Amino acid sequence: MTSAVLRRIAPARPVLNTLHPTTLLPAYALALSRISLSFGGIKALREVSFQVAPGEIRAVIGPNGAGKSSVLNVISGLYQADSGSLVLGAQVFEHVPPQALAGLGVARTFQNLALFPSLSVAANIAAGLTFQRKAWSIAQVFRLPNARAENRAIADQVAEIAARLDLTAHLDRTVSTLSYGLQKRVELARALVARPKLLLLDEPMAGMTATEKAEMAGYIRAARDSTGLSVILIEHDIGVVMGLSDRVAVLDYGAKIADGTPAEVQRDPSVIRAYLGQEAA
Amino acid sequence: MDWFGFLFLIEVTIGGLLSGVMYALVAIGFVLIYKTSGVLNFAQGAMVLFAALTFVSLVEAGVPFFLALIISAAIMVALGFAIERTVLRPLANRSPMTLFMATLGLSYIIEGAAQIIWGTEVHRLDLGISNAPFQIAGVFISTFDLVAAGIAGVLVASLTAFFRWTRTGLAFRAVADDQFAALAVGLRLDRTWATVWAAAGIVALVAGLLWGARLGVQFSLSLIVLKALPVLVLGGFDSVLGAIVAGLAIGAAEKLAEVYLGPFVGGGIEGWFAYVVALLVLLVRPSGLFGQKLVERF
Amino acid sequence: MSTLADTRLHSPNLLRHTPLATFLLIAFIAIPALASPYVIEAILLPFLALALAGVGLNLLTGYGGQVSLGSAAFMAVGAFAAYNIQLRLNLPLPLTILLSALTAATVGLIFGLPSLRLRGFYLAVSTLAAQFFVQWALTKFGWFSNYSPSGVISAPGMTLLGYSLDSTTARYLLALTLVTLLTLGVWAFTAGPLGNDLIAIRDNETAAQIIGVPVLKTKLVAFALSSAIIGVAGFLWAFTYLRTIEPAGFDLDRSFDVLFIIIIGGLATLRGAFLGAGLIVVFPLLLSRLSAMAFGGMIDSGVLELVQRIILGTLIIAFLIAEPNGLAAILTRVKRRFARNTL
Ligand SMILES: Nc1ncnc2c1ncn2[C@@H]1O[C@H](COP(=O)(O)OP(=O)(O)OP(=O)(O)O)[C@@H](O)[C@H]1O
Ligand SMILES: [Mg+2]
Repeated sequence: MTSAVLRRIAPARPVLNTLHPTTLLPAYALALSRISLSFGGIKALREVSFQVAPGEIRAVIGPNGAGKSSVLNVISGLYQADSGSLVLGAQVFEHVPPQALAGLGVARTFQNLALFPSLSVAANIAAGLTFQRKAWSIAQVFRLPNARAENRAIADQVAEIAARLDLTAHLDRTVSTLSYGLQKRVELARALVARPKLLLLDEPMAGMTATEKAEMAGYIRAARDSTGLSVILIEHDIGVVMGLSDRVAVLDYGAKIADGTPAEVQRDPSVIRAYLGQEAA
Repeated sequence: MDWFGFLFLIEVTIGGLLSGVMYALVAIGFVLIYKTSGVLNFAQGAMVLFAALTFVSLVEAGVPFFLALIISAAIMVALGFAIERTVLRPLANRSPMTLFMATLGLSYIIEGAAQIIWGTEVHRLDLGISNAPFQIAGVFISTFDLVAAGIAGVLVASLTAFFRWTRTGLAFRAVADDQFAALAVGLRLDRTWATVWAAAGIVALVAGLLWGARLGVQFSLSLIVLKALPVLVLGGFDSVLGAIVAGLAIGAAEKLAEVYLGPFVGGGIEGWFAYVVALLVLLVRPSGLFGQKLVERF
Repeated sequence: MSTLADTRLHSPNLLRHTPLATFLLIAFIAIPALASPYVIEAILLPFLALALAGVGLNLLTGYGGQVSLGSAAFMAVGAFAAYNIQLRLNLPLPLTILLSALTAATVGLIFGLPSLRLRGFYLAVSTLAAQFFVQWALTKFGWFSNYSPSGVISAPGMTLLGYSLDSTTARYLLALTLVTLLTLGVWAFTAGPLGNDLIAIRDNETAAQIIGVPVLKTKLVAFALSSAIIGVAGFLWAFTYLRTIEPAGFDLDRSFDVLFIIIIGGLATLRGAFLGAGLIVVFPLLLSRLSAMAFGGMIDSGVLELVQRIILGTLIIAFLIAEPNGLAAILTRVKRRFARNTL
């Protein structure tokens, strides 16, 4: 059933070409190599390549429809790239099996919230640890000691992450009753609870007030600082991006048009054109 | 296989294809509603029964054929509007599954009401179409089935024309493509839905008359919903063309299986054969033969 | 710090909110002592069987979000499996029941396989395949009914540890015990992390998959478990209530009955299955009593059945529109108001 062929291809030529050959494996938490993706006639991504260093907060920006979400969806295996490959940790993939993503140390949030609205906040966060559970179903049903110990350990981890994101007071509430901003935070907690090595955030601050955005930025930076994870951050608020990220990749019409530090990117004429062009439209 | 065996095969296939048209006829009623509102209308079979019973009872009460036809059509249109008003509108914005379950309830109501109003006896329905088979090149073909196929063809053509060239029809297509966009440009969703349910009512009337003439007008007519479902699944819920092609395919496959496979398993396989065929196809193509294959957005 | 087990707002509240012990005392001791055989035979036995079927379907549909129109098929598998196991293997009763549950689970697993690829209506329609295929197979192959000429077989007597369980009270206690145990089992399942997995998949399958909820396994477990429980419900229906077994008794209408039970009772609550089953069983009896009183038998039973259909259909729609959480939600509200008034 699991046609999830975890293909372990030896790094092929094209991959090596775009990466630094000598530092291939340890240098990057993630490297995309010439990823292309299309929907019918629409080219969502055109030969996009970029790398994310360990511990780096990597922003991806671009106008609406530029292909930012598509990048994350390819990384998480929800979309299948037409061509290109990606290196995750020590493995090369043409298509990442989505059900194996969590095990590979990758967690993500979605542009449109993807929580489980009828579960409590605690249960939503705990779901992020499901893939680590070992106790058999039957042990769970009869509440055998090993299952209870496992549930306690999970509850502790949930409590810990909730404390870090100031969600402790809300743990018992049903997610559908929370404000939008809080729901976004719960989704971040669910992504962080399993201590991923790579975190993909699709507009985590969309629709938030300035205060909420600052809070969220704080949580993201704190998570990076404490665990050394890498982050890919999609965000429209340029102020937030400049303050939070180490490097920025800019997409326009599915192609990468600039890549560099926030300051470099801000000065780049093609970036200015892409954004002005959109505003003029 | 000898020559007669071959002729027999052709005959069985043609018979199957023609009864497939009849399946498609019921399935089209579903597609209309599914396309605009995303609802799988389980009550379509009950509507077929209701339409046929209404018509037959009118004719038996001495109403002339054409007048009975018009009155029945009017009643079906009214029924469509009533359903929109009392069931769909209060359930707007609810999940498609909820709406589906509501149509299960609806089918109970319509079936019950049809039989309380018009009685539970079996009625004979004579549309004046000959039942005698005729022969082409040694193959017997049922006149009735051929005429029924013709009527179905006319129905599909007029539905197509309606949706391509009339204002209401264009609104229907806009709603089918994108409900939000349709709302944004000021199309009235409720009106479109009511119209579509009315149209499905007319389709039910035509299907009811043809099926009723074949099987007699009785409760079991509402069970043809069960014949149409695998057709829908196979063709894709949102494709009229799919319904027709799948109807033909299932009609032919079913007849062939009944004749050539049935004897080995003791017969009576027509109850589930179509479902198994549809399921097998679905495992390969999860949205049917002609259904829109959308990549979900995240 | 609260633990996970009690931070779940949507867990079935069976243990916390109903004084379960009182309930069970009444059911196990007072009713057998006081209730008339008619009440047990005509109301409580079908009620228990259907409630259990509702519990089983709720696991799949309420918690798992997968609508099934084939419940009666799995009831039939349970009943016929029990019949054949008893006939051919002559095992002790508990083992017979366990094996028939396993048989139903296996059949459920096979028909659950499409759920791995199909969603929504496509899946709902595919469950009809189970309904028609099983009914056909049981009718067509005489072996299943031991070549009984009429196709209707009377359920053989049941014994446990040498005692006959054929009296009304014994059958009632057997049914009650099975329903209690299995409902507690389902409660334990749904109230733990496995129940959360199911709900997570129902609420957002993609997100569940991405964060590593074992989607395929959970779906298959839900299908198997639900079919097993519905299979036992079928056993109860045939062996404790009707005491005859025939394929026609497990037709599509019965499947709809079970679906209606959980819609009316309330999806994803265990109490709902019992409330819904109570309504489905009592309401036709009440209706015929009423009409007998009001019209003195002038309305024939055929018409009454049609009226019943209409009312049932109307109830379904009314609940979907006005109270999608079913009788269980109404009960909660009534209780809350009652508590407020007595304070
Ligand atoms: N599932 C899909 N089916 C069809 N087209 C899609 C799909 N997903 C994305 N697209 C198209 O691909 C292009 C890139 O979309 P994407 O969602 O990646 O943009 P984005 O940069 O995230 O935009 P936004 O800022 O609006 O979120 C768009 O033209 C979009 O319409
Ligand atoms: Mg996006």
